[in-house]
Amino acid sequence: MYDCTYILGSVTPLDFVVSLALISVAAGLLGSLVGLGGGVVIVPVLTLLYHVDIRLAIGASIVSVIATSSGAAAAYVRERMTNLRAGMFLEIATTTGAVSGAYLTTLLPTRFLFVFFGLVLGYSSLATFRRRHADVPLTVSNDRIANYFNLHGSYYDQAEQREISYKVVGTKPGLALMYAAGLASALLGIGSGALKVPAMDSAMHLPMKVSSATSNFMIGVTAAASAGVYFIRGQIDPIIAAPVVAGVLLGATFGARVLGRVTSKTVRIVFVVVLVVISLEMLQKGIFP
Amino acid sequence: MEEKVRKVELAISLVLRIGVVISVVVIAVGLGLMFAHHPAYLPIRGHFSYKELTSKSTPFPHSFASLGHSIVQGDGRGIVVLGVLILILTPVLRVVAGVVSFLYEKDPPMALVTFYVLVVLVGSFFLAGV
Repeated sequence: MYDCTYILGSVTPLDFVVSLALISVAAGLLGSLVGLGGGVVIVPVLTLLYHVDIRLAIGASIVSVIATSSGAAAAYVRERMTNLRAGMFLEIATTTGAVSGAYLTTLLPTRFLFVFFGLVLGYSSLATFRRRHADVPLTVSNDRIANYFNLHGSYYDQAEQREISYKVVGTKPGLALMYAAGLASALLGIGSGALKVPAMDSAMHLPMKVSSATSNFMIGVTAAASAGVYFIRGQIDPIIAAPVVAGVLLGATFGARVLGRVTSKTVRIVFVVVLVVISLEMLQKGIFP
Repeated sequence: MEEKVRKVELAISLVLRIGVVISVVVIAVGLGLMFAHHPAYLPIRGHFSYKELTSKSTPFPHSFASLGHSIVQGDGRGIVVLGVLILILTPVLRVVAGVVSFLYEKDPPMALVTFYVLVVLVGSFFLAGV
């Protein structure tokens, strides 16, 4: 990789704030569309392009995840794209996973975890890609938990111009995967949306767009659970956070409009591409740290 | 049933919207003050690099005591951090809104589920030593 210190030497704080805000718009747009949050873009941009310390970059990433989630969810929830009941029900597992992960941090070697979750995400991207032709909503469900809590739903698909009703199955494997998602986000600081979307899409058969919007709704709570620690540790630098929040919120607001109009298949393909990149990045961190 | 869900959806959407708007306004004010107090930050071409503000040793508030002190002094950095904290609290408030709405709509199983999430979330803040 080439060194851009020379060019960036003359970058003043104003240039930094404006350029970072513009990049953050793109991060918010992509993050809200696939339900992953803006961290996927923010961390590499801050560390590789601006040479910011990784600890401050992770602090900014947590803030960007909350901004993507809250910014887009306001619109998704109102437009019934989010399955509110399923999202809130599954948060039982993600928050519990996040808290238990905080205790396991010192017990498990990070390199092993990166390889393990890298492989899990690689498999998830394959499973998500395979479902591209079989993406038909279920009309019946004999899942007792889903029936008891009435987790089924319907939404109006702007791309197909019709109301789509769907039933939810597989709440038990869904809960297990959500627990793993919370665990991974606490242990590795990765956007837990990467495991949430496949859990809802593959295991619970929610439509792809609903999975993305519901993951987007949930990641804010998972991120908030660890944001307090980042604040106390001094990882939230105001001059980085300000343009990131402003840009990501703007991008997420646009992203929320885009998701309604594009087809489920498009969302799925974009998600798979981003997931493959994240999984390769994790394998690299585990194998050649 | 559908009607009930709709009310919960609107309440949660409203909480998220208000949290986001307040936090972005506070952050914008803080950023404006930061530039107003430090004219050296402003030029597009200059010798003052952003790296002075993003290095490991950059001072900025990261405890409630230093944050309060910084806000009282009208320091832009402190006000930006306040805005970020409002943003961090937004998801917590939307869980609270969920508990209240589900209770109001007489849906005990879901109210219990959201209440558990709230307890774990608030607990995580205390475990972090905030």
